[in-house]
Amino acid sequence: MTAAVNPKKLIKGGLHDWEVVIGMEIHAQVTSRSKLFSGASTEFGGEPNDHVSLVDAAMPGMLPVINEECVAQAVRTGLGLKAQINHRSVFDRKNYFYPDLPQGYQISQFKDPIVGEGEVLVDLPDGESITVGIERLHLEQDAGKSLHDQNPTQSFVDLNRSGVALMEIVSRPDLRSSEEARAYVTKLRTILRYLGTCDGDMEKGSLRADVNVSVRKPGDPLGTRCEIKNVNSIRFIGQAIETEARRQIAIIEDGGTISQETRLFDPGKGETRSMRSKEEAHDYRYFPDPDLLPLEFDQAYVDALAEGLPELPDAKKARFIAAYGLSPYDAGVLIAERASADYFEAVATGRDGKAAANWVINELFGRLNKEGKTIETSPVSAVQLGGIVDLIGEGVISGKIAKDLFEVVWSEGGDPRALVESRGMRQVTDTGAIEAAVDDIIAKNPDKVAQAKEKPTLLGWFVGQTMKATGGKANPAAVNALLKAKLGIE
Amino acid sequence: MSVDATTVRRIAHLARIAVSEDEVAPLQGELNAILAFVEQLGAVDVTGIEPMTSVTPMAMKKRRDVVTDGAKADAIVANAPETEDHYFLVPKVVE
Amino acid sequence: MTILNELTLAEARDGLKAKAFSAADLTQAHLSAMEKARGLNAYLVETPERALAMAKAADAKIAAGEARPLEGIPLGIKDLFCTDGVATTAGSKILEGFTPAYESAVTANLWRDGAVMLGKLNLDEFAMGSSNETSAYGDVVSPWRRPNSETRLVPGGSSGGSAAAVAAHLCLGATATDTGGSIRQPAAFTGTVGIKPTYGRCSRWGTVAYASSLDQAGPIARTVRDCAILLGSMAGEDARDTTCADLPVPDFEAAVARGVKGLTIGIPKEYRVEGMSAEIQALWDTGAAMLKDAGATIREISLPHTPYALPAYYIVAPAEASSNLARYDGVRYGLRVPGKDIASLYENTRAAGFGREVKRRIMIGTYVLSAGYYDAYYVRAQKIRTLIKRDFEQAYAAGIDAILTPATPSAAFGIGEKGSGDPVEMYLQDVFTITVNMAGLPGISVPAGLDAQGLPLGLQLIGRPFDEETLFAAAQVIEEAAGRTKLPAAWWA
Ligand SMILES: [Mg+2]
Ligand SMILES: [Zn+2]
Repeated sequence: MTAAVNPKKLIKGGLHDWEVVIGMEIHAQVTSRSKLFSGASTEFGGEPNDHVSLVDAAMPGMLPVINEECVAQAVRTGLGLKAQINHRSVFDRKNYFYPDLPQGYQISQFKDPIVGEGEVLVDLPDGESITVGIERLHLEQDAGKSLHDQNPTQSFVDLNRSGVALMEIVSRPDLRSSEEARAYVTKLRTILRYLGTCDGDMEKGSLRADVNVSVRKPGDPLGTRCEIKNVNSIRFIGQAIETEARRQIAIIEDGGTISQETRLFDPGKGETRSMRSKEEAHDYRYFPDPDLLPLEFDQAYVDALAEGLPELPDAKKARFIAAYGLSPYDAGVLIAERASADYFEAVATGRDGKAAANWVINELFGRLNKEGKTIETSPVSAVQLGGIVDLIGEGVISGKIAKDLFEVVWSEGGDPRALVESRGMRQVTDTGAIEAAVDDIIAKNPDKVAQAKEKPTLLGWFVGQTMKATGGKANPAAVNALLKAKLGIE
Repeated sequence: MSVDATTVRRIAHLARIAVSEDEVAPLQGELNAILAFVEQLGAVDVTGIEPMTSVTPMAMKKRRDVVTDGAKADAIVANAPETEDHYFLVPKVVE
Repeated sequence: MTILNELTLAEARDGLKAKAFSAADLTQAHLSAMEKARGLNAYLVETPERALAMAKAADAKIAAGEARPLEGIPLGIKDLFCTDGVATTAGSKILEGFTPAYESAVTANLWRDGAVMLGKLNLDEFAMGSSNETSAYGDVVSPWRRPNSETRLVPGGSSGGSAAAVAAHLCLGATATDTGGSIRQPAAFTGTVGIKPTYGRCSRWGTVAYASSLDQAGPIARTVRDCAILLGSMAGEDARDTTCADLPVPDFEAAVARGVKGLTIGIPKEYRVEGMSAEIQALWDTGAAMLKDAGATIREISLPHTPYALPAYYIVAPAEASSNLARYDGVRYGLRVPGKDIASLYENTRAAGFGREVKRRIMIGTYVLSAGYYDAYYVRAQKIRTLIKRDFEQAYAAGIDAILTPATPSAAFGIGEKGSGDPVEMYLQDVFTITVNMAGLPGISVPAGLDAQGLPLGLQLIGRPFDEETLFAAAQVIEEAAGRTKLPAAWWA
């Protein structure tokens, strides 16, 4: 997957240019009601240790029993990543001591993960696109949570998250800039949300990234990498990569070498720092969990899950371009969230696709952004917006009036067509009325009429005046045609 | 294979068991006796043999995705040496 | 007059049903015997109030004509089974003060069937041991003695408290667990019957884990029939244990009388180990003759990988144990020894909470799983397990119905006599029993005679997976032919 080095992506060092190489391990919380190996709730929050079963607290004699939905979710995700689905996988124990790891081991998948190699197509803002290789996806347990600020000498341990199912999605080191890395996570998040296998809520920790960063001179073998643990926003992922790459470049250009280690990104200080505590004992002593049998299923099981998958972002984008004549950029914006795509499609069906896209992207998204609302909480429904687009298409209102109408629907609601009638917003197409207004303006501005013959751009001024006189309701095409004829402009 | 004193200390630390200096030598002797005993396994030809993962061939049972447990923080922390507000307490962990 | 606690379980059951005595009387007889036998250190906790309340409830059920299969039968429970509201220690200091709020699947099945709990029985710490000398709560003393000797003998381990209590009439039967021989070896040492069922026959839920892929619960009782009755209640499917088989529980008691006519019994030549005593060889031959006399065909077979079972076990079991016992960290239950930080809290707690043998096994297990050694030790041992299991499969495929071997290399030894220098000396105790765990098969130990010193010896029968019925039938033949061992007078009372 290593394409030719793109000079635009290189980082300028003091001595020469550097290529940054990035791979990611994404921990995505599986959408499920109960935990991976227990019947306790996965609900976010809750009173301390309230979503905890005897299994999650590792009481003596407790045994894990796998949640079938978590298995299905992992397979769906694998299908969404066009990945190899392994009909036989094995759960292993990763052994280490930590207060938020009650069993003293994390049940994970090491040698035989449920999902093997796949790929993600990532569109970049400049219109270019890259394919990022997926090495594997495996199921594992989340840890509990330690709070360190309640008390000067003690940490408080809450096991509510202990045992919640995670998918660890490991990419190949195919990313070459912080921008690519951000776009990759964004795309992965979109795919997961389409599939309904992870809500992608980074604020609640549903999606966390471990970012592996190394630098090299273009054409050199891979450099030594550092792993930046648990970065929890897309913006921070970008910042962490930039910061870490520059740190490594500075060290190497100073004649130093990079030591492989785990680091933490501190967004406040804008630096990454070593996590020595995690380094100490890196011997996890993986072995197959003897409490669990191998996880096995047949192709029919996979096929049934594949059948139930929704249309995925790449397919939807291609269809939007083909069926609605959208630009790849607009199609990309619309498919980023499944809800937006559905909204657009409801507006576009039976109408002009481009006009619908325009209205959804420019008017609706702009307004939603400004008000901090989402498509789900939009005050203007797809039916209402479709109504507005219809009125424009029928020539009942002008584009400008439509924007006013949109405002009315946004703040007051109601049926756009009824509103146009009741508020007299209907566009004037009656040539007689427009002609009267035009004649009046021509009569009052003889000097401008004279100039217009020499300077045809003055037409715009006349159009503006006419629109003003008609309260914006005049049909712009009719105004244009009349003015051109009367002023003698070709 | 046999273990030296350094390895004994390393294993003890991995296993989170405090070992005093005068325990190291006897432990080393005992561990080496066990390792010497298991050494004979090297004589078995295991080429092409699958390691056993489950002794009874059966399909793994699975749970339905329903919430059937939890809401018993009292019971969860009832046996804990130190708790507060249903949290487990441990010496401060520095990250 | 009938001494109620000396009845067999089947006799007591029938007596209760016939209203010859009450469950309360039967329970009280045991509680009194337990009180007198405290010197054996078989019970860690006695639960007389609970026992009498359960007995009273049983009497009501019997009076109403609603007696369940074990109605009113007093039992001892190995302290590896978690019992709701009753302290559970696994024989370890590290679980000091731990009271579960849940009941193990196996004991819950017993209470469902009407049994009465007398208390919790001593065991080797975390079931690691073959003599019950590793318990943090003191050695269990066998009720057996050599004639004219006051030497205190071990009852075997790890279910030493179970075996001693059953032998000394301190319960009608007991729960036990077997990871490498922990039911069968103490049964052999105490002249009792013990069966380790097929892996997956009993649920492991709520039983403190030692080595998950080897651990199985089973009963110890004074007769083959009593074991069959108990296993019938202990066994059964459980959705909470992924490794527990979804199979109906056969009528084990009915199988006891089946006989062995037409069966082919295998005698594996590899069990004729170097240095085997003439006494053990003679016992084995006698056992084969008893089965032959009852109509079985005896055939020599080969289980070539037998010699490797014990060393492979001492990789697999400690490896699993090192991980299973990581949860004992002083955070959520049990002992906590403070430290300057979290790591030293762990280290201090585990150093003080675990005994020597447990630490040894945790460390060996940690070592064989550690980077660079995993393949050479753990993976190789699991491959050898595959070969051990294959040996048995081939024997069964060739028409063998069950396999007869000695249960132990010798009779019981004195407390403190073995394993103090070299741990392997003690491990060799399990040389005949351990293959069965490695292959997940059922195995029963049945008394077959006494050694020259008058101490009990047992024979082991190994069966096909989930064919405990044949084992009960064959063990019954030996029990009848050999006669039940007679315990010496109650010197401890
Ligand atoms: Mg990772
Ligand atoms: Zn992970």
